[in-house]
Amino acid sequence: MKPAAKAYSAGVKEYRHTYWEPHYQVKETDILACFKITPQPGVDREEAAAAVAAESSTGTWTTVWTDLLTDLDHYKGRAYRIEDVPGDDSRFYAFIAYPIDLFEEGSVVNVFTSLVGNVFGFKAIRALRLEDVRFPIAYVMTCGGPPNGIQVERDKMDKYGRPLLGCTIKPKLGLSAKNYGRAVYECLRGGLDFTKDDENVNSQPFMRWRDRFSFVAEAIHKAEAETGERKGHYLNVTAPTPEEMYKRAEFAKELDMPIIMHDFLTGGFCANTGLANWCRNNGMLLHIHRAMHAVIDRNPHHGIHFRVLTKALRLSGGDHLHTGTVVGKLEGDRASTLGWIDLLRERFIKEDRSRGIFFDQDWGSMPGAFAVASGGIHVWHMPALVSIFGDDAVLQFGGGTLGHPWGNAAGAAANRVALEACVEARNSGREIEKEGKEILVAAAKSSPELRIAMETWKEIKFEFDTVDKLDVAHA
Amino acid sequence: MSTMQDYQSRLSDPESRKFGTFSYLPPMSAQAVKRQVEYLLAQGWAPALEHTEPQHTRGSYWYMWKLPMFGETSADAVLAEAEACRKANPGNHVRLVGYDKLRQTQGASLVIHRGKAA
Repeated sequence: MKPAAKAYSAGVKEYRHTYWEPHYQVKETDILACFKITPQPGVDREEAAAAVAAESSTGTWTTVWTDLLTDLDHYKGRAYRIEDVPGDDSRFYAFIAYPIDLFEEGSVVNVFTSLVGNVFGFKAIRALRLEDVRFPIAYVMTCGGPPNGIQVERDKMDKYGRPLLGCTIKPKLGLSAKNYGRAVYECLRGGLDFTKDDENVNSQPFMRWRDRFSFVAEAIHKAEAETGERKGHYLNVTAPTPEEMYKRAEFAKELDMPIIMHDFLTGGFCANTGLANWCRNNGMLLHIHRAMHAVIDRNPHHGIHFRVLTKALRLSGGDHLHTGTVVGKLEGDRASTLGWIDLLRERFIKEDRSRGIFFDQDWGSMPGAFAVASGGIHVWHMPALVSIFGDDAVLQFGGGTLGHPWGNAAGAAANRVALEACVEARNSGREIEKEGKEILVAAAKSSPELRIAMETWKEIKFEFDTVDKLDVAHA
Repeated sequence: MSTMQDYQSRLSDPESRKFGTFSYLPPMSAQAVKRQVEYLLAQGWAPALEHTEPQHTRGSYWYMWKLPMFGETSADAVLAEAEACRKANPGNHVRLVGYDKLRQTQGASLVIHRGKAA
């Protein structure tokens, strides 16, 4: 005989009774999350962890009779482990397992609505940060992922054995479409592979999207004929509505453009996933920008770590993602950055706390995406960038191309020569970070453009300390 | 302004045509080419040769010279084959490719002999 159904007892129970299960054996199909929790004073760790598990899955603040109509043991999230945060006694890590049945297949939107929904405003905790999420292969297989992936992009663009080179066109705002196309053309004829719309270039009164697309297409076609190499410009199709976004994407395709661009956080996961599907169906490469990420990921105690946003993007779909440069003007701890670059590009990434990776992550056959390093970088950074990022990256020099005293084409050529010199040296077995200066000086002998670039930017350095560091014990 | 140089690239000038990785550097010495071959072999990639008439560099497919040299471990043997390809196709660009079968891509692709620009 089966036991009688549990009796209903109304009221507020401690979360730990239902949602703290230290002996739980995680399933291969569970979605696992690691949160860094700062509890309110007086709330103990187990209760705070259980509360987070409850509020991000099946629970609400009080018992409801309809709980008894479902198999809560099957559907609930469980806090199953608590760990100290190295070097910080006021916080701890809570590991939570969610059954896969809680989530709609192929929906990054749904997963994040649960995991980082109401729970982030929950009173029992002072601050909450989602540090990492393990997506089981069973869930990964329900998502579309990058529409093309690194290898397909290399084949389409005919570029092998080196990082790709890009440049964001500046000034960010205010150029007319024709002048903008001029800046694009000059960069591409000088040797860049890609140029890029800045994120806030959408369709403003000074330059409507259709005009921009047309002039850029002309620039690309001429630069391709002139150099014999394939070229692209990330045409930003981020738009006020999905309908408008698709209209712009269709026009880019009509112009025979190889790549378009989207901002996945301001545009949203729903729009991004839809656009990635469109790109897959239309043979279009998709560059992803990450405006708003620092609002979400910079505070070490509250929000979502960028490695999680990286995973979200890989599932939702994109062929390029900005990852920070480590060496430029924007935030980025080297070990941590290398961690999420692997999460973006590799097939299987092992747990490695020294790089901030809390779980093994298996992507199965889902393609990887190019890491994009952009912001405050110039030719002197090239040896370090090639060493840090390896080949599967797009190195984007905005000011470092356009700010060349002889103009964009010269700036582009300087970067291309510097890049190829570093790759050649690396392949020849030289330590390019250590010997960077000699390598560049030697390359500049046959490139006046590089020589001038090296004179122009020699002194610039960005050495502010990172705000969001990996958690490590005090020395 | 007097020191500023104009960027020398013209539709009408065949010298303006580039062909991928390392084509913005001066032609490599024999020794430098050999180091690239050694790198390619050390990665476990399969060396292969392609060539084309200089007026037909665009497109995904150049002429494949024989078959990729699967299992070849000697840089000198690869270079000898490249020389044979060049002799049999005088004036053509000759490209060395490294097939990375694990990642389904070309780990390397570089023009090691430049024909006369056209």
